[in-house]
This record gives sequence, structure tokens and C-alpha cells, in this order.
Amino acid sequence: MAQATISNGNWALGVTALLAVCFLLNTSQSYGQETQPVSHRKLANPSEALPTQVTRINELIERDWAEYELKPSKEATDGEWCRRVHLDLIGRTPTVDETIAFLKSKEENKKQALVEELLYSDDYTEEFARNWTTVWTNLLIGRTGGTGNNSMINREGMQKYLRDSFAREKPYDRMVHDLITASGTTAPGDPDFNGATNFLIDKVNEEDATLATSSTTRIFLGLQVQCAQCHKHPFNEWEQETYWQMNAFFRQVKAFPRRVRAETGANAELADQDFASRRRRDFEEAEIYFESRNGTMQVAWPVFVDGTAIDRSGLVKVVNRRTELAKLTTSSPFMDMTIANRMWAHFLGYGFTSPVDDLGPHNVPSNPELLEFLGSEFRTAADYDIRELMKWIILSKPYSLSSRRTKANESDDPLQGVSPRFSHFYIRQMQPEQLYESLLVNTEAASRGSYEEQERRKSGWLQQFNRAFGTDEGGESTDFNGTIPQVLMMFNGDMIKEATRAESGSVIDQMVAAGGSPKEKVNKLFFAGLSRAPTSQESRMAMGLIGSQPNLGEGLRDVWWVILNSNEFIFNH
Amino acid sequence: MNFRTPKGMNRRHFMSHLAGASALAASAHMLTRTVEANANKLVKNQKAAILLWMGGGPSSIDIWDLKPGSSNGGPFKPIATKGDMEICEHMPLMAQQMDKMSLVRSMSTREADHMRGRYYMHTGFTPNPNITHPSYGSVVAHELGAERPNLEIPAFISVGGASEGPGFLGMAYAPFSVDSNGRVRNLDMGIPVNRMSQRTLALQMMEEKFIKQNRGPAALEHAKVIDKTLNLMTSKQMEAFRIEKEDQKMKERYGENNFGRGCLLARRLVEAGVPFVEVNLGGWDNHQNIFNTLQNQRLPQLDQGMSALVDDLASRGMLDSTAIIWMGEFGRTPRINGNTGRDHWARSWSVAVGGAGLKPGIAVGQTNEDGTKVEGQSWTSQDLMATVCQSLDIDLKKTFMSGNGRPMKIANGGKIIEDLIS
Repeated sequence: MAQATISNGNWALGVTALLAVCFLLNTSQSYGQETQPVSHRKLANPSEALPTQVTRINELIERDWAEYELKPSKEATDGEWCRRVHLDLIGRTPTVDETIAFLKSKEENKKQALVEELLYSDDYTEEFARNWTTVWTNLLIGRTGGTGNNSMINREGMQKYLRDSFAREKPYDRMVHDLITASGTTAPGDPDFNGATNFLIDKVNEEDATLATSSTTRIFLGLQVQCAQCHKHPFNEWEQETYWQMNAFFRQVKAFPRRVRAETGANAELADQDFASRRRRDFEEAEIYFESRNGTMQVAWPVFVDGTAIDRSGLVKVVNRRTELAKLTTSSPFMDMTIANRMWAHFLGYGFTSPVDDLGPHNVPSNPELLEFLGSEFRTAADYDIRELMKWIILSKPYSLSSRRTKANESDDPLQGVSPRFSHFYIRQMQPEQLYESLLVNTEAASRGSYEEQERRKSGWLQQFNRAFGTDEGGESTDFNGTIPQVLMMFNGDMIKEATRAESGSVIDQMVAAGGSPKEKVNKLFFAGLSRAPTSQESRMAMGLIGSQPNLGEGLRDVWWVILNSNEFIFNH
Repeated sequence: MNFRTPKGMNRRHFMSHLAGASALAASAHMLTRTVEANANKLVKNQKAAILLWMGGGPSSIDIWDLKPGSSNGGPFKPIATKGDMEICEHMPLMAQQMDKMSLVRSMSTREADHMRGRYYMHTGFTPNPNITHPSYGSVVAHELGAERPNLEIPAFISVGGASEGPGFLGMAYAPFSVDSNGRVRNLDMGIPVNRMSQRTLALQMMEEKFIKQNRGPAALEHAKVIDKTLNLMTSKQMEAFRIEKEDQKMKERYGENNFGRGCLLARRLVEAGVPFVEVNLGGWDNHQNIFNTLQNQRLPQLDQGMSALVDDLASRGMLDSTAIIWMGEFGRTPRINGNTGRDHWARSWSVAVGGAGLKPGIAVGQTNEDGTKVEGQSWTSQDLMATVCQSLDIDLKKTFMSGNGRPMKIANGGKIIEDLIS
């Protein structure tokens, strides 16, 4: 049972009668099955001083505020901050207990303590890994990858690899190396299973691996070379040749669909094989060809974006081109800055560039010094431990600010096309996965089944919002973000109906059965949804709703429905 | 699950519950509006546009601008049409309708990447990291939807695909996506109407409170979308989505496939007063085996659905007020590649356009003999959008402010394609 306590604080005694948390909406999560072996890393001493990186972040951000004549908003309330951290780190809103424990804590460094808890405590390993698996699965293979019939991707295989990586605290450079070089089969249980293969399995066979080229370069290096495939990039220096030199790294790798691998029964396999140039059949100097805009045929060999060339041989035993690419990628400062930018955007809502994965020379970051600092600290001080990077950002001043804007910082609004200066927190809609987990943590009383079952159920629910464009670049969009179908789902969908059930055995039914005054129940629902107590006006509204129903349970259904449908709930604020 | 008319829901009843109660500032129009809106009245002569979006980049050189005699020409032969142009032999039904539609054979654009091309052709702007531009549908919904207080369903509906978003115009102008069966999920709250209105009122109080805390425009957008959702849930106009109400003959005429049903649904939605509908037909990214794919899969569906739509709109007297635009991200390379496919090509390609008073039956512009270049004047996405918007009586001089004071002209200052103006 993942008791959501904050270190050893005597929080239970501190819970006031007002809140009467004699019954948990549901903090219990049973993860009996599929528990990952994790390294039992000791919690850092919460009284430890703030990491020096946090101080530096604050300095650089404050300098920006002064320069742009912005005054930061005041700090967010503890409840808001606690909600934010849970959503961003473990992908769901905090339970009533978790929030109350944090609010009641008298520890001097309680924010730091909570971050350490969520990052390093065994109680949260599963949820932490689940959340980041979701984020990275969507990044690497999209929300629809592996859901269509023509796909070789095994989504569960991808997830298994990522979950193991995050649960076992795999350093980021190792992860990048794995994803670029992976060989083996895609589906868990198959011989030679390697889940990391799912990143490239659908991207190497078609059109000379153009999708592998553009995805790898964009996702790990923040460089968008794909436009240079056909012509000189309109905005930056990439020549067509740069693109094809990067592409040459992916010419040894091939994906073999299931029918080819019938003898092993494996689903699909990614493997490297010797590559010969098409025209000369030369393995030693295995060139590739591309057609320049004026129609002439050109040749290229593998050269990294920074100009580093590798051996031209196409023989795998002489040089494995993907391995070389992985080495070059993981030693590139662009990798460091790209992950720093991505993480910053995850927690603050916007990166230093837009789009977040375009660090090309034409796209100047809004705070280049800070971006470079985060990138280089991630390499040198954090040793590629992604949790360190998360911690610095979460404990920084901009992350602590209220999302209430003031006259003195209203102009800092990236929606209006200005570069973000982070002088207030930018509200954003929960991702569909965050919503799903937040509803679930507040509804299900019993065990949720095996990890795979849970993910399959979630995936089924998520598909209603996904739309693929059906093009060779795998474009897709989600219909979730603030649309009418989303509101209809929140109004009337099955998950909300389930959450607001009052039948025997339901959460609301149990709440009623536990005794206590209606007002206490209302308080609890507000804490469950919004991590705060209701205002007096809201209390009156809720009591009004309850009064117009035949019994307390029915009334609480209405109150809960209203809370779940509010903008304050759906926005990470 | 009931996904049709809201159960136990009477619009007038529901509205009467809401009337007089505290309303969101943003939704005042909904609450003060005459709720007796003539929901069933057919909306004739109201301008509208239907975009037939060919995701993947359709090979216009094999459909609208054939090059027989050139090595780029491919196996298809041109046939005569009722208009003043020839088109592909595998579009025989459209050939009979080309007196009502026109072609622009001199499109020349620069975006040959799917995402960029998609964005550019939908907005008239190239992607810009600092701002997201509103798409065609959102602009039209913003301009024409505002003049239709009785329209209770979304002013921008995308059938069988995602379309592009509202950008800085805000989520209230986002495309409402449905599948080609017109199925809208989660319409029924399953509780009595007065209880639903109590919930809604309480919700409005919560929304308003959060908005007043100055959390930024997204909070207000959420309230607006709730308002639109309530409007839709209680509307008789939702009938427009029920294509099963059409008789079997009509369904067969459009074709019993997703695109055919989508075109039929588009006609029903325009009849109900929706100013912009996008119908998606994907699968045009034919880098391999293009001619078999076109002949056996894409073209028969396209030909049937599109021709039925043009003909049906015309016979209902709606084509004069409804623009039809057929296009994708770009065209495809005139040169046939080693896999009997064609790759991305933006420099010289064709779109089809017509209705809403645009000059029918002509082909504007031309490409050279092997299709690799436009000869003479060429046209862009902005120009096409400007021409279509003008046909819809949208004021092209209108400028949106993008918030940071950057002015954005509708259709990005495109020029009118004069040949299409009768």
C-alpha cells in the first residue's frame, strides 16, 4: 500500500476535524504484480541546502524579468504547488491525504522533501515510471504508434523498455544510446526481445529511412533537418547534403516484419546488416545517393551534423553506423540542451524555443544562457540523471509562482506570440493521460489489475481523441485539448459517470457510509479535485445542490460533477 | 448509450432554468438569445464552404492536369468534360459536373513537407514558431458564424479527420471533429433536465471565479466551449448529423464509404446553416505503386462522392452559395520514381474550386509540357483563400490582431484569382 505520507511527519494527527480524513477517497494503489526491481536509493536529507543550480536558474530568470520590466506574480499556494508537482512528476492530481500531509507539514524544506519523495521513494517508483513512460512513448512513437494494423510497433514493448529505464534510473545518455542502436525483437516475450527497437522499427524500411533520420535528429538533438531532404532549408544552414549525410547512418539497419521471422515466431525484428552502395555494389566505400534540386545525382557518406565523418565502410563488422551515431549524439551539446529544453517545457509549459525540439541557428532561445547552463550542468553535475534536472526546475522560483497574473506581468503571455519570460505560471490543460489517472485515483477502490491490463484499458479510452493524418511522417493530432468533444466527455462520458456514481460500493457511497457532516464531505471533494478547501460561496453552492436532492449521496454526485468539470480542475495551474 | 437527441431534454425547458441566473460574461449571448430559434428552418442562400481535404498530397498531374505524350504523363488518359477542360479518364462522373466547377492548374507553393504543407494550405501562412494562425475553417466560422445567432451547432465541423486549429482565434473556433457516420459521443447526461441545469449553474459560478482570478485567456476559452457544448446538447439542429435519415438511394449516390458519407453529411450540415465543413479523404501519399492505387482505390471514391456533392448542391439551389475547395498539402512530382510512385511536389500543381458564384467550367492557368513548371501567372495558398473568402462575402481588408499587436490580414493579403470572378 502506497501510503502517501511525507517522510515521517505526524501528519495524521495534524488532520483537523474540519477535514475529517477518516476515510480516504482512495490513496491505496495495489501494485502487487509486475513490481519492478528498483535501486533503493536513499532519500536525500531534506534539510540539505538548495542545489546551487536552483540559485543560478533564479538569477538568470530574474535578470530577464528586470530586463523586460516584469514583476513576478506572488508564490502559488502550497495546495496549488503540491497539485502541480504531482501532475507533472507522477501524472495525476494528489489524493486528499497527500495534499493534507503537505499542507500540514511544518518542515522547513517541505517542498524539497516532497520532490525527493516523489522522485526517489519506492512508494512512487511505479507511478513516476508510468508517467514518464507515457510522456516518452508519445514522444517516440506518437499516441497512435502501434495501434494500426500496418504497424510493426509493439506499443507494450516500447512501454516496457521505458518503464524499466525510468524505474531503474537509467542515465539519459544510456537511454538515447539504447534507442538509437537497439537490435532485437519488438514484443515482450519474444526471443531476443528489446523494447527499445520499437522507436525505429517503423521508421527504417520506407523511403531510405527518412523518418528515422528526421525523428532521431529532432527528438535527441533538437535539429530539424527534414526540410533539407529536398532542398536547402529555408531558414537555416542545413544543406541537402547535411540531411543525407545524417541519413547515411541509417542504411545498415533494417526492420523485418513477422512473416520474415516466422521461424522464430517473433513479431518483428530490427537488425543491422552489411550495406553496399546501390550502383557500384561497394561495401568498402558504401555511398548513398540523393537527387539535388537541379536533378543531378549526388553521393554522401555518414557525417554527423557537426562535421565529424566516420569510416565509409558499409560492413557492420568494420563499422556499425548506428553505434557511431549514438556515440556522436550522446557527446553532442545539442543533446544536453534538447533534453534541458524539453524538461523545462514539461514543467513550465513552454520551452526556451518554440517548437521545443528546434534548436537550429534560426531559432534563438529566449534565454540562451540559462538553456546552455542547464544543458551543461545536466552533463557535468547531474551525470545524466534526469531526476536531478527535474528537481532543479521544480525547486526554481518560476515554478513556484502563482498562475494569477498581475498588471505587472500580464504582457508575458506566449499565447499572444511573445517569448515566455516565466514571470507567472502558465496554466495548461491536463494531458488526457493525466486526466485519466486523476479520475482513477479518485474512483477505484479495488486493485486495478495488472499493469498491462491497466494500460490497455487506458489506451482504449484514449483512442477516442486521437486522429492520425495518415501521411508518411506519422502526423497525428489529439482532439482533447479544450474541444467540445472533450467537454462532452467530461459532462457525460463513462469515466465521469463512473466517478460520480452513488450506488452501493461506489466511492461516494462509501463516503456517505463513513459518517460525518455533509460539509465535511464537500470539503473533501474540493480537496480531492482542487487541492483546496471550498470558499464560503462554494460551500453554499454545494449545500444548495445537496439540499435539492433526496439524499446526501445524490447531492455529492452533483458537487463532484461540478468540481470535475470546472476549469480549475482540468487546468494544471 | 444514447448519442442522438438528448434524452428527457427540452431546449426551452432547459433554457428557462438558466434564464435570469448569473451567467458568464462570455456566454451572455447564449442566455439572452431567443431560445425559440427557428431550429428547423432551412437556411437557404447563406454562404458556406466545403473543403475536400486530400491528406497526403494528391497527384493532381494524374487527375486534373494530365500530360499525355510526356514521359511524366503516366498511363492515364484525359477525357472531355462538360466544362472547358479535360480531366482523368478515371473521373467520369466528375467529368459530367465540370461545367459547375473550375480548376486552378497554376498553383505554385513552396512547402513540400506534410506538416508544413498542411499548415500552409489551411492557413495561408507558413509555420511560425511564435504564433499559430487560424485555419480556413476557423476564419470562416469566426466571420460567418458570428452572423448566425440561431446556429446552435459548431460553425466549423471536420468530418473524418482532424483539420487544423483555430490558432490565436481561440478554442471557441476549433474544428468539431466527427466521423463520417456523424456519430457524436456522450450527448446524454442521463439525468432530469432541472438537475442538469442546477449542475450547470453551479459550474458557471466555479468557472467565473477562476476566470476572475486572471489566470489567462485559456480559462475563459474553457467557459466558452462549455457554453457551446450546452448549446449543442440541447439543439434540434443535431438532426443534421443523422445521415441515416437520408434515403438509401441518396446514400448510394454519394457512395457507401467514408468519403461518400462525409460528403453527404457535409451537405446536411450546410443545409442546417454550418458555414464551414471539411471532409477528409486520406491515402494520397503515393510514393509507390501510384497508378494502381489511384485507379482502383482513391479515384473511384473521390469521383463518386465529389460528383454527387456538386450535383446535389446544384439541384438544391445551394451551389450558388456554397464554395467547394478540393486540395491537399501539395501535388506530386511530375517525374515517376523508381517505385512507380511520385514524391512530394509543390512547385506546379492543381486544385479544384467552384460554387458560391465563382466562375464555373474553366481551367485557370497552365503548366508546361512535362508538368514541371507553371507557365505564366502562378497562384498560392493565400490567393486561393482570398478568392474563396471573397466569394463568401468575407471582408479581406479585415485584420486580426494577434494579441501582441501583430496585424494579420485574412488570407494573408492574397491576391484575387481574377479569372474565377465572373
